[in-house]
Amino acid sequence: MMNLVLYVWRQKNAQSQGQMVRYDAKNVSPDMSFLEMLDVINEELISKGQDPIAFDHDCREGICGSCGLMINGQAHGPKKATTTCQLHMRSFKDGDSIYIEPWRAKAFPVIKDLVVDRSSFDRIIQAGGYVSVSTGNAPDANSTPVPKTNADKAMDAASCIGCGACVASCPNSSAMLFTSAKIGHLGLLPQGQPERKERVLNMVTTMDKEGFGSCTNHRECEAACPKEITVDFIARMNRDYLWASLTYQKPSARGGGE
Amino acid sequence: MAITGLMGFGFVIMHMLGNLQIYLGQNVEGIYALDQYAKNLRAFGPMLYVARFGLLTIVLLHIVAAFQLTKISHQGRPVKYYKTVATGSDYASRTMRVSGPIVLLFIIYHLLDFTFGNVNPNFHEGQVYANVLASFSNPLISLFYIVAMLSLGLHMYHGLWSLFQSLGANNTKYNDLIRKFALLATLVVVIGNISIPISVLIGVIKK
Amino acid sequence: MQLDSKIPSGPIEKKWDTHRFEMKLVNPANKRKYNIIVVGSGLAGASAAASMAELGYNVKCFCYQDSPRRAHSIAAQGGINAAKNYQNDGDSIYRLFYDTVKGGDFRAREANVYRLAQISVNIIDQCAAQGVPFAREYSGLLANRSFGGAQVSRTFYARGQTGQQLLLGAYQALERQIYLGKVEMFPRTEMLDLIIIDGKARGITARNLVTGKIESFIADAVVLGTGGYGNVFYLSTNAKNSNATAIWRAYKRGAGFGNPCFTQIHPTCIPVSGDYQSKLTLMSESLRNDGRIWVPKQKGDKRPAQQIPEDDRDYYLERRYPSFGNLVPRDVASRAAKAVCDEGRGVGETALGVYLDFGAAIKRSGEDVIREKYGNLFDMYQRITDENPYKQPMRIYPAVHYTMGGLWVDYNLMSTIAGLFIIGEANFSDHGANRLGASALMQGLADGYFVIPYTIGNYLANASLQKIDSSHQGVKQVESEVSERIKKLLSIKGKRTVDSIHRELGKLVWDECGMARNAEGLKRGLEKIPGIKEEFWKNVNVLGEGQDFNQSLEKAGRVADFLELAELMFMDAFAREESCGGHFRTEYQNTEGEALRNDIDFSHAAVWEYQGEGKKPLRHKEELSFEYVHLAQRSYK
Repeated sequence: MMNLVLYVWRQKNAQSQGQMVRYDAKNVSPDMSFLEMLDVINEELISKGQDPIAFDHDCREGICGSCGLMINGQAHGPKKATTTCQLHMRSFKDGDSIYIEPWRAKAFPVIKDLVVDRSSFDRIIQAGGYVSVSTGNAPDANSTPVPKTNADKAMDAASCIGCGACVASCPNSSAMLFTSAKIGHLGLLPQGQPERKERVLNMVTTMDKEGFGSCTNHRECEAACPKEITVDFIARMNRDYLWASLTYQKPSARGGGE
Repeated sequence: MAITGLMGFGFVIMHMLGNLQIYLGQNVEGIYALDQYAKNLRAFGPMLYVARFGLLTIVLLHIVAAFQLTKISHQGRPVKYYKTVATGSDYASRTMRVSGPIVLLFIIYHLLDFTFGNVNPNFHEGQVYANVLASFSNPLISLFYIVAMLSLGLHMYHGLWSLFQSLGANNTKYNDLIRKFALLATLVVVIGNISIPISVLIGVIKK
Repeated sequence: MQLDSKIPSGPIEKKWDTHRFEMKLVNPANKRKYNIIVVGSGLAGASAAASMAELGYNVKCFCYQDSPRRAHSIAAQGGINAAKNYQNDGDSIYRLFYDTVKGGDFRAREANVYRLAQISVNIIDQCAAQGVPFAREYSGLLANRSFGGAQVSRTFYARGQTGQQLLLGAYQALERQIYLGKVEMFPRTEMLDLIIIDGKARGITARNLVTGKIESFIADAVVLGTGGYGNVFYLSTNAKNSNATAIWRAYKRGAGFGNPCFTQIHPTCIPVSGDYQSKLTLMSESLRNDGRIWVPKQKGDKRPAQQIPEDDRDYYLERRYPSFGNLVPRDVASRAAKAVCDEGRGVGETALGVYLDFGAAIKRSGEDVIREKYGNLFDMYQRITDENPYKQPMRIYPAVHYTMGGLWVDYNLMSTIAGLFIIGEANFSDHGANRLGASALMQGLADGYFVIPYTIGNYLANASLQKIDSSHQGVKQVESEVSERIKKLLSIKGKRTVDSIHRELGKLVWDECGMARNAEGLKRGLEKIPGIKEEFWKNVNVLGEGQDFNQSLEKAGRVADFLELAELMFMDAFAREESCGGHFRTEYQNTEGEALRNDIDFSHAAVWEYQGEGKKPLRHKEELSFEYVHLAQRSYK
């Protein structure tokens, strides 16, 4: 059992000013997950009639991407390739102080306490993070072979859970790793080729518009990513973007023959 | 940023190669190789001014880009963290906004020192070898040059591998190689340039 | 309550084709005049919303998460079945149909299952075209693996993240329609009630979880794809916020609830470690391919696993089921684990666990081979338990995983309320009393991509819907009921937290209506639940405001509904006097302890009709006939 001191960011809503508040966490079991430790604190707060700490979470098995806390200055805490919900208290020592903050970025405004609005990520996907194939359009799945190495690499990129740790950890609050993962995933597959140029141009434009910072290759994102997506996908996106900027032509306005 | 940085890198390499001619000493006619090299450069006449103008433009563009990036990044996070721990970044990447200005200050001083001679009391147009010797004989000036070169090294190391990344001119297969190249090129430039003031101070280069 | 399953006539292979031809169509220009509400954005909801928008309907899609990409479909690991027969191992649509009906212990509707098997092949095509990075062979063609309950390799997968990749495919299709303006998305918005006008589902009342605003949305049809109710157990493999509120509110407004007692317990989950435990984590079933399950022969044997010699170990599955061994279906494996733990032979600190041992497999094929196959699962296990499964056996225990029960639907996926469609895990589904592995993803996507887009058109073309707006009396009525309920929850200000009551309920449901049930226990439960309900409404403490981001309030509303749903589960389990699939009544077993079905009296789906507050709901039956797959006792000996 451990006793810890927590400093937690409390902010009533988007409009109000927040501050760090101290809480004592007593008798913490090392087998608890980080979020279970917060659950226990919240139960105590409620019993005392105090507002519990709001934080996003859902699957608690590291795949939905809902949870995300800045723990002692590291996105998702000190353990490599681990989301906040999968971080266990055995990663800390008795007597430790733990600073808990929300993801901080202009494009991720705080909703309450540790909960932020990440809808900017959805808007980046809306700008082109898909193959425009309507239901029923598809040919037989095996009619388009995909080299195994490409399929595997595409999967590496596609394993992004959209948690936002890349943005949170980036000294510039850049969303390059998130955006490039989707562009890399689709760009590596034959299905993604027809829209490849428009996709990268539109997604990057949207990313910039959402107010994310710029990439200066610190590689903090790669270190924080719970799915270990590499910055190689950023380079790939840069290359695609450059090429698309130089060669993309708008489709003919003459349209189809109806 | 990447493109101007790449051009800057080209210039730094050429400049260092020029500098190292200080070690060639005098030719049979008693003319220092370095002085001869400078003379050859000046023989380009108007072309030299075109090149100088080009370099100035590159530096300015690089600075403008840096300011833009910095501005976007600052706007990207209006509320700062209480605590951050660097996990993936290295010292070089985190200090770009420090090493950059140091290098800029250095360039200005360097021009005043060896090109215009304003800050070099013993400055004689065309006598490059002697000018260098005069400046570097002062340990403080040498120290400044050494610090500046170390900053340039940090700046260059991050900038060099970074530009491959930013231009998308890399490949997972060659990433290690690119990093090694960046390190090697940086070491060559830093060691090459720093060797000059040190050589002057310890007397390897003398009149 | 009229239960017309609307199964089309004709031979089973032709039913869906015939029906598709006979259904009325809505012409393309008219589609844009219709508004459809989809609640839930998982595999079923997202695929339905996207597909209907592609057809031209105006869709509003709601989810409680901050983004549709986070729906709990994302957590499915293993894979998705499809009768592609790419492996040339004798698979066919008919075989997938047969396996599913049999695996469901003959409590599913044949016609629906056949359609599901037919559509399965289109799903794979659609997903591959979307860019889902399925596993591939070196040829570049799709890879398959085998899965529990089948003798063919028909499972398509994307590492251990198949659910994630399929969901992202559907999510991307949905985001595209949002961009095109055909879908309006409402994240962080929770449906709190259903609006019915003139007997037809016409909209929902929802709460904006950020601002707390209660708002009603009107449409011509409502589709619920809100998932299962496994969280009634408090501890389950479901996401923390997965809930039954949408289907429960629909039930209370008149939708029949089918087979609420059919819940699936997954045998390989990581055991509970303490009272603070908030959820359970599943380990893929595929582990049972190489792991051997055992407990000590002696009660209370506290020696570490490695120090227990072979002779003192009981490989109970291999002993009891020599031909299937560790690969018996989920329900059988789960019950057997419970049995040995009940005998006091469980392992770990809580003694609620059994060993899943890879020692023999590692010795046989080497650690590297095992690492390659299961590395990510072993890592996850170690992250959670801090034990190294390469060195010591894993500890596993069954956990609630999936609910086969749900709102009753006809062949068109329409509930007993006209215009209210239920898709995915939320309906009472095609899985009968037990679901086979890798079939949930298949069903969710079949419903969303390929069934609802057709059947909803048929409904809209036939329905004559009056024009209404949110000022309608019926809408106002529902809105005020929703607001009242919230006000009430916030006014109790008692002593107990929502979670503590939820935990109490969960323990009761697990103990008395979990892996094994009997009349006595169920009666006990039925006596206790009203007390917990009363405690909740008298003594719960929900802090904060309604007009605010208030997670306690969200939880409270959900738990209030779970309390009522639990009662219905108990009633259903009590009324079904037989054992079938996930529903095991200890009174109904043969001499060897295997489930004993009663096909004469219980070959039906039980459908419950709400009768009002404090009144016992009515139990209706939809008789099931098995013309193609002949009734037989399952045997895995």
